[in-house]
Amino acid sequence: MAIPQIDPSLIEGKQNYGTIDEMIASVVTDQKRHKRIWFIVFGLAFLLMNCLIVAVTWLLYRGIGIWGNNVPVGWGLDIVNFVWWIGIGHAGTLISAILLLLRQPWRNSINRFAEAMTIFAVMCAGLYPLLHTGRPWLAYWMFPYTNILGLWPQFRSPLIWDVFAVSTYFTVSLLFWYIGLVPDLATIRDRTRNKFARTICGAASLGWRGAGRHWHRYEQAYMLLAGLSTPLVLSVHSIVSFDFAVSIVPGWNVTLFPPYFVAGAVFAGFAMVLNLLIPVRAMYGLKELITMKHIDWMAKIMLATGLIVFYGYICEVFYAWYSATNVELTLLMWRFTGPYMWFYWSLILCNGIIPQLMWWPKLRKNLVVIWIVAFFVNIGMWLERFVIIPVSLTKNYLPASDRLYMPTFWDWMMFAGTIGMFMVLLFLFIRFLPSINIFEVKDLLYKMGGPRTKPAHHEEGQA
Amino acid sequence: MAQIFKPSANSIARASLVGFALLPVVVGLGAAKLSRSPMNTDVGVAKNQPVAFSHQHHVFELGIDCRYCHTSVEKSAFAGIPPTETCMSCHSQIWTNSPLLEPVRQSYEEQIPLEWNRINDIPAFVNFNHSIHIDRGIQCNTCHGAMQDMHMTEKGRAFQMAWCLDCHRNPERFIYVDEKNPDLSPRQQVFNLYWKYQADEKLTPRELQLIRGKEQFTNNPHEIMEGEQLVKDYGVKRPELADCSICHY
Amino acid sequence: MEIAGQQELVMDSSETQLNLEAVREKLAGKTGKEFWRSLEEVAETQEFQAWVEDEFPHRASISEVDRRSFLKYMGASLALAGLSGCRGMFLPQKKIVPYVNQPEELVPGKPLFYATVMSLGGYATGLLVEQATGRPIKIEGNPEHPASLGATDAIMQGALLDFYDPDRSQDILEEGRFGTWDSFLAAARARLAAGGAIRLLTGTIGSPVLAAQIEAFLRQFPSAKWVQYEPGAREGALEGARQAFGRPLNPVYHFREADVVVSLDCDFLGDLPGKLRYARDFADGRRLEGNDRTMNRLYAFESTPGLAGGVADHRWPVRPSEVPAIAQGLWARINAGGDLAEGAGQVPAAVLNSIAKDLMAHRGRSLVLPGEGQPAELHALAHAINAALGSIGTSVTYTQPVEISPEPQAPALRELAGELHAGKVEALIILGGNPAYDAPGDLKFAEAIKKAAFSVHLSLFGDETSALCTWHLPETHFLEAWGDGRAYDGTLSIQQPLIEPLYPTAHSALELLSALRNKPKGGYDLVREHHRAASTFSGDFEKAWRKALHDGFVPGAGAVVAVTPTVTRWAAPAASGEFEVVFKLDPSVHDGRFANNGWMQELPRPWTKLTWDNAALVSPGSAEKLGVQTGQMLEIEQGGAKIVTPVWVLPGQPDGVVTLTLGFGREKCGIIGQEVGHNVYPLRKSDQPWLLTDASVKKGSGQYKFASTQIHHDLGGKDVVRVGTLEEMRANPNFQPAHAHHGGHGDLPSLYPKEIFPEGDLPQWGMTVDMNACIGCNACVTACQAENNTPVVGKSQVARGREMHWIRIDRYYQTDKKSDDPLANPQPVFQPVMCVHCESAPCEPVCPVAATVHSHEGLNQMIYNRCIGTRYCSNNCPYKVRRFNFLDYPHLQKQFTGGERPKLLKLLNNPDVSVRSRGVMEKCTYCVQRINEARIEAKKERRPIRDGEVVTACQQVCPTRAITFGNIADKDSKVAHLRHDPRGYLLLEELNVRPRTTHLAKVRNPNPEIQA
Repeated sequence: MAIPQIDPSLIEGKQNYGTIDEMIASVVTDQKRHKRIWFIVFGLAFLLMNCLIVAVTWLLYRGIGIWGNNVPVGWGLDIVNFVWWIGIGHAGTLISAILLLLRQPWRNSINRFAEAMTIFAVMCAGLYPLLHTGRPWLAYWMFPYTNILGLWPQFRSPLIWDVFAVSTYFTVSLLFWYIGLVPDLATIRDRTRNKFARTICGAASLGWRGAGRHWHRYEQAYMLLAGLSTPLVLSVHSIVSFDFAVSIVPGWNVTLFPPYFVAGAVFAGFAMVLNLLIPVRAMYGLKELITMKHIDWMAKIMLATGLIVFYGYICEVFYAWYSATNVELTLLMWRFTGPYMWFYWSLILCNGIIPQLMWWPKLRKNLVVIWIVAFFVNIGMWLERFVIIPVSLTKNYLPASDRLYMPTFWDWMMFAGTIGMFMVLLFLFIRFLPSINIFEVKDLLYKMGGPRTKPAHHEEGQA
Repeated sequence: MAQIFKPSANSIARASLVGFALLPVVVGLGAAKLSRSPMNTDVGVAKNQPVAFSHQHHVFELGIDCRYCHTSVEKSAFAGIPPTETCMSCHSQIWTNSPLLEPVRQSYEEQIPLEWNRINDIPAFVNFNHSIHIDRGIQCNTCHGAMQDMHMTEKGRAFQMAWCLDCHRNPERFIYVDEKNPDLSPRQQVFNLYWKYQADEKLTPRELQLIRGKEQFTNNPHEIMEGEQLVKDYGVKRPELADCSICHY
Repeated sequence: MEIAGQQELVMDSSETQLNLEAVREKLAGKTGKEFWRSLEEVAETQEFQAWVEDEFPHRASISEVDRRSFLKYMGASLALAGLSGCRGMFLPQKKIVPYVNQPEELVPGKPLFYATVMSLGGYATGLLVEQATGRPIKIEGNPEHPASLGATDAIMQGALLDFYDPDRSQDILEEGRFGTWDSFLAAARARLAAGGAIRLLTGTIGSPVLAAQIEAFLRQFPSAKWVQYEPGAREGALEGARQAFGRPLNPVYHFREADVVVSLDCDFLGDLPGKLRYARDFADGRRLEGNDRTMNRLYAFESTPGLAGGVADHRWPVRPSEVPAIAQGLWARINAGGDLAEGAGQVPAAVLNSIAKDLMAHRGRSLVLPGEGQPAELHALAHAINAALGSIGTSVTYTQPVEISPEPQAPALRELAGELHAGKVEALIILGGNPAYDAPGDLKFAEAIKKAAFSVHLSLFGDETSALCTWHLPETHFLEAWGDGRAYDGTLSIQQPLIEPLYPTAHSALELLSALRNKPKGGYDLVREHHRAASTFSGDFEKAWRKALHDGFVPGAGAVVAVTPTVTRWAAPAASGEFEVVFKLDPSVHDGRFANNGWMQELPRPWTKLTWDNAALVSPGSAEKLGVQTGQMLEIEQGGAKIVTPVWVLPGQPDGVVTLTLGFGREKCGIIGQEVGHNVYPLRKSDQPWLLTDASVKKGSGQYKFASTQIHHDLGGKDVVRVGTLEEMRANPNFQPAHAHHGGHGDLPSLYPKEIFPEGDLPQWGMTVDMNACIGCNACVTACQAENNTPVVGKSQVARGREMHWIRIDRYYQTDKKSDDPLANPQPVFQPVMCVHCESAPCEPVCPVAATVHSHEGLNQMIYNRCIGTRYCSNNCPYKVRRFNFLDYPHLQKQFTGGERPKLLKLLNNPDVSVRSRGVMEKCTYCVQRINEARIEAKKERRPIRDGEVVTACQQVCPTRAITFGNIADKDSKVAHLRHDPRGYLLLEELNVRPRTTHLAKVRNPNPEIQA
């Protein structure tokens, strides 16, 4: 079935199937295309990743006392970062699955990259729930299996829901991503002149020969997985938000949390995609496949979800006032004026004010502006989690048990470490796997009326 | 250009797919088996001891009551390990110069305690109380195996939590009364069994089960009904029996 | 309580001591390293290793190790470096070690109780100590002993930790080199025989048998003189009595007989020797259980916020120099009659008049208490007022002083210092005490000691004084030594050891003196023979003696002396300098002797909630004047002496008064107390020990970080603490706060029954905490710590908010709306909070592994070994009573000791409670180990658990009986009644978590005539 009319600006320049193959695959096959910049960024990322190793080792040796957590603040940066990473991990599946089901052709050239990002982000996120426990070596008790203790996990606990939600999400995303990779791996296999690469890609592409049957099965599997992962996009962060919404902690037990968290996740997800794609696109001359159109639309989504999130903030304030309970109001004032007020107000700035720039089409065409806005959004989302999680815990029902929370060196070390791990994985991916879905772009080109001889019209947006 | 893979690659691929699927199952089962094996639990592993003490000889052949040595088993959480003087109470009279007993005599003279290798042990976070179990008529052998037959002492049960819970969740299946002498208190019945066995009396199937070192566990609906009654009579508080803080605090 | 086995206790276990003695002989005069190494050899035995390496204190291996060999190991334990335990699939082969001869009375696995006493500052308090297979594991008050009535204070609880302190001195040292007992005796006897000025320096002595030894010593060596010095000596009281009655006497107050009490700067709940008994009697006079609507009234004039001020119905922060004027005002009003024209200092005349009226309205049932820090004249005056009020003989009686020698100590000490400086002293023998550290700064005692030709120091720790003496001798702890003492009311009490001395080198003062006199005897014989000779007991000595040992004391207080005071005219000194500096003993580390006790250091002080520090307390007003804030330094100077110490701004502190607590800044002490806080002794003067009126105080430079367990002075908390006056109570018995969403008990609309009791006739445990009785003395906090093996975490961790106390005492301030400065004189409310065992506990559903679940007896169970440490339960706990082991506190104490502590502390652990490992949540269990013990015993006897059979550690220790525990399902139980007392309310009831702990509102009984 043909899509009515596809915006021609989704692929720019003079393209035919060959040029597309060349443009994308050569990033992998022709290692010379990687400039010094790749090595510099990768090197830095690698250093950061070593911080992670050090931090985790020390953590396991000494216990989580090396962090700043205390009583009443049982959860600090550990869970903040967990939620932040999970959030970032949302754009991928959203773009791939939901936009696929909605038949949004513009997803085709960014989904691969977003999915990869998702997987790596979830990997980073997954570290925290495991390592934040006092005795991580016993974390397997959270899985239901018959044991010599004759005990089961406590299924009423949101943390158990988390275990299932996150692991499912990770598994499905991974499969989805891999299935999508199969045909392209075959393309690499056929194009590369490197024996080793050919063998690996050959094995990984599961003997893909592009036969009609293959394509048929592929489409089915892909659609199925898309259907599977669509609810996941919404469920994962809803369930993560239950960790808080289900509790009786002032500032946590907010019924709005599930939608509010999901919106925030998509918000952060797209911001991160933009932050990464804009430079990568420049580095590897993919401007003609990841066009200003893509970026424009992503910016719009960022704006939309940003507004939802901001609405969430307003609701929180309203609830606090509406509940008329002493402790909620105290907490509100605590956030506004207490020792953590700067976190709150800069959060409002990053997530509430700055994204409004995206209303102006002009600014949506200015890559620098977009990149900066997206960057602030990422910071803002981190601050949001900080304000929700530890700051709420510092205020208590019994005023006498109030205590402040201050992250330690090791908290930051661990966070920096996960960022390093994320970047390392991402840069390996860019270098050794096709970061844009080759055949889907070709498919798109076909649907747009086949190979072009003359360049697509309007030149605007090359700025 | 040349083929990368031989035709066999296909079958290898399929096989490995199956392999991947089976791997977790195999690992899981392996771990489960291992954790329940004597390698982990020490069940049935006799250990070397400073003195070659035989329960079989003292309990079965001589018919010495458990409580002669394990004095506090009815009074305290800890059953009690006999002090050297308990051994000497007899062995100052008999076998006075048996080389086997040299360590005992030495300990007594030099006032230096014997150091036995521990057989039955539970972690410090488990609080087990002998006295109450005896008081409710739980047989020594239920947990310790066929003591009266052990030449060298060995561990009778793995003492794994699920096993404890069997009884703590269904006491009626374990608790029982000796029909022949129902007037005996459950506590007395515990030790009476050894007397009967030694006197070669006719034992009920359940008692045989016990004396052979199996649990006094039953599936027989009639016995279970009796058990229910006994649970009431003995005032065993069924609901709280499986509360965590009954053993852990 | 077991009387059998006395022999067992006094039996000399020489054969084990020989091993160590042998080592010591061999090593006499050698250097440290070698010594340790060969000690290790002694300890190289497998079960000891196994036991040391075990991460949990392995109950079996502890309780089964033969007591004697066990002592041997402990002797050597200091030598062992910390070895971390590895548990898991393959454990090392464990040993099990029976006795060789088992003591008859001992049932393995069952504890025994012995009665003994602890003496502090010459006054003895009766204790009942629990002994598990030969080692003391818990100290309780002796219910029969008049000074205790079953209660102890925090310090007595802490004494147990002192006993096991690995830093305790273990070696006889001569000039820092290892010596032996014999070599010491040889040297000492020679020196004594040579004659010359021999000086015996002790703390205040209240022990008859020790006094007898000292007397004998003085008789044997005519050139010897006995000097006493106690930093907390009660000179004011004794001299006051001398002025009033012509001879020193010991006032004993009877608060049950007192309806109106006026404290003239007297913290009778915190400072007086009889404080435990006083607290109980005072609280009994305020109990409002059921429909009782009468209570006594307390007016407190305080120069430093204290416990008495905290519970007072009226409290006035006053300068200490104003107190005499107040007393004279009262005296004048009561004696001469006719209202006073002008008040005293900040206290208006009207107030004094109405107080006086109130006192006179209760003739014979009123009481005026002179403060410990106040001059003798004030004490005399107070006696006079009491006489005028007809209280003598009713609410106050007088006995012979408990001090054997009630002479003022300062002059003698000054003279001794002079002699020492002049190099006149041949031999200086110091029994206990630590003068080099705690003597008044003006005497320069540290230098003085060095001048003595020959000096001996007998002490528990190698401290500042030991380092300066020729010989240092390890002293026995009171839990391992024989002795006796007199209680605050003169009751004679026997001190009986629980265990052979851990270190065979250690001796008691008794043994030392008898040995110096060439008549060496064991403590047991000395005490026994003394009382036989002194014919302490009437009738058959043997029987009486055994009874005394069993009871721990000889019934019958000191004989009451009938007296009438003569009033001396006295022109009270006018307040001089801008600032007055007050010295106070620290409520936890006392005069510094408990500085190495982690429990004491980490105990939040009642008003400040400050741990691991002392501070210069100043009022918000004075702080403004001085331009300082909490944490900034203050320079205090007087007569050449100067100290720099950080400030703590304390609401309720009188303006113009700086309070300094003694006992900190120790230089030579174990790894715990070393350099903790600031030493203020240098500023102290021998002639004015408690008060400096002419000190110059100014802001210093620098910042200091405190570790306090409450971050700000909560003025709010109205909805969590219910407080009211007696009148209000008559109108509105449960003090419903106006803005509460609902009425009293269970008024919430709910689908559930009021109390969720599961099926079956199981007991349902519950607790009540009477805030009206609570005086915030902290005894429960330490008792809980001792009972439940709660670790000490250290200053840095407390500062992070990680203290582990299962029970905390929240301090809230009530302020008078009318007063201009709300911080000037707020009334504190102390609210003990421990796990309230909610029936629908928020912590339970959130735990992913079901490590915290409900029992059928209504306990909120915490199963440590199941916990994986997500801390979700703590987040979701509205009371924030859960505590988390962020680090391996029990073992890895580096973070505050600067080194792995030896594992000797393992012996301290209560064998009935598992020690929690790193990464595990813990909390109050309602002392489930005691519940289970009682349940099992009851079941074996085929009977239900009796009401009052289960007593929690905090309940048992509480001096005022503020805590009640029991089965709330049993409608006749005490706890059930209190739970439904009109004053009862559930903390945070609006959350509908259904706590099993009920708090009883606090009631004050202000004088309507006085507008507070």
